[in-house]
Amino acid sequence: MSAAAAWRWRRPSVLPGFGLAFGYTVLYLSLIVLIPLSATFFKTFTLTWAAFWDTVTAPRVVASLRLTFGASLIAATVNSLFGLLVAWVLVRYRFAGRRIIDALVDLPFALPTAVAGIALTAVYAQNGWIGRLLEPAGVKVAFAPLGVIVALTFIGLPFVVRTVQPVLEDLEPELEEAAATLGADRWQTFQRVIFPAVWPALLTGFTLSVARAVGEYGSVIFIAGNVPMVSEITPLLIITKLEQYDYAGATAIAVVMLVISFALLLLINLLQWWARRRLARV
Amino acid sequence: MSAVALPAPVVARRRATAEPAIVRGLLIGAALCFLGLFLVVPLAAVFTEAFRKGAHVYLAALTEPDALSAIALTVLVAAVAVPANVIFGVAAAWAIAKFEFKGKSVLITLIDLPFAVSPVVSGLIYVLLFGLQGWFGPWLHAHNIKILFAVPGIVLATIFVTFPFVVRELIPLMQAQGTEEEEAARVLGASGWQMFWRVTLPNIKWGLLYGVILCNARAMGEFGAVSVVSGHVRGATNTMPLYVEILYNEYHFAAAFAVASLLASLALVTLLVKSLIEWRARREEAQAKISFEHGQVI
Repeated sequence: MSAAAAWRWRRPSVLPGFGLAFGYTVLYLSLIVLIPLSATFFKTFTLTWAAFWDTVTAPRVVASLRLTFGASLIAATVNSLFGLLVAWVLVRYRFAGRRIIDALVDLPFALPTAVAGIALTAVYAQNGWIGRLLEPAGVKVAFAPLGVIVALTFIGLPFVVRTVQPVLEDLEPELEEAAATLGADRWQTFQRVIFPAVWPALLTGFTLSVARAVGEYGSVIFIAGNVPMVSEITPLLIITKLEQYDYAGATAIAVVMLVISFALLLLINLLQWWARRRLARV
Repeated sequence: MSAVALPAPVVARRRATAEPAIVRGLLIGAALCFLGLFLVVPLAAVFTEAFRKGAHVYLAALTEPDALSAIALTVLVAAVAVPANVIFGVAAAWAIAKFEFKGKSVLITLIDLPFAVSPVVSGLIYVLLFGLQGWFGPWLHAHNIKILFAVPGIVLATIFVTFPFVVRELIPLMQAQGTEEEEAARVLGASGWQMFWRVTLPNIKWGLLYGVILCNARAMGEFGAVSVVSGHVRGATNTMPLYVEILYNEYHFAAAFAVASLLASLALVTLLVKSLIEWRARREEAQAKISFEHGQVI
């Protein structure tokens, strides 16, 4: 058989419908996702490089990017610490209400972001249930940068829990028993046995949480106060530019966000590939 | 040698692979505090604020014509977007899970793209296509077709943000099920559609339902993308989340939280159905394992 005949794009199968299913998939994907997304990049090409650079390095844009990324990283760090704790408690301990809490962890996925936004604002405003307690201490959450962090923590909460949980469930008890037999106490076992097994998942959850937080809009705009240069996030700036009919400016900022999102997506895929390979070797 | 009687353990010793009770209690307490602060308190706040001015204000807010039209539009948008993504999800999962071809991982990555795109950018791309300065804008305007700032734009933006939900649930499920059952159906003379309706669909029904409820929750709750393309025309292009924003910004807090409480209830129902499906799947898995072990004994 010649090399050309041996190379096939698709392995033959007796099952029907590949042509129809694949064709429809590519068509629908192109119409809904690929063509509209490419419009963003084509629109940016109508700007000169200098105009693009001036738009995305304007002080207000830089301040918003700093806030968006800073708050996303802090929120994802908080979520990593507490997400690991929550996943551990849900997997290892049995207590009343565990299954309800397990189900409730997904609330930020299911609750519309606008509802989350007004609810968090009501709770953390000066006269809110928690805001009232924080005010005497001089801590201002709502209508301040801290509010952005709170909203992004809420939004990213399920990611770390849901990536770490299955890994903890699959962890073989023999490993920990062996560690105990060899004289390790629980903290040493956690540091040397459990944490090394869990941390690729933790890192994936962290990155997913950052990726989600960077683009978040609905939950943040209510609590942030949206003061330019102080508590204005980048997605809001895109909307502001659109409302001023500055389509090119809005698109330029959107392209920066898209490039960053795609880089994060690539990083997530690499992390998962690396975690799988690591797992296979162990 | 006389038998040495081992001393009976005086206190029940904890296992070497368990934490002391006090550590366990502290860890559970800390986790519950965190979840309480970030999940339970905001959720309770939605319902408390909604009923703050009494049940009649709550009901009046929900039976307002603008509220009813927002609810109707939200249901309509989900009724178009969810089936569209179900058809795509099943087709894409069939091609990806049951066949081997080159470039599969690229296709999966492209399908995942909408998850990585900010909702605001998801709306913006349709403005760039259908807006007056956009690619198709002038042509649409000349033919008097409204997509942007109208219902079709809202539907398109919603389809975009919920694009991967169904297919992402189906791919791993259909991959795990393999192709033997479908191949057997074909060998026994079933046509393509008979195989699909009698073998494939019954096998994936729970996974499909799981994808549908998550897709629906997001479709009804989407805010950022829809906000960009809707134009906020009261009574015409306001979905429930957009209506919540308008009421809130006009300081009608009780009404805003009343509409929000409907969306929060939808979220709770979604979580409940999701948990039931997961519980069912786990039970079926356990039963399959038992019957498998039983079969081995025989």
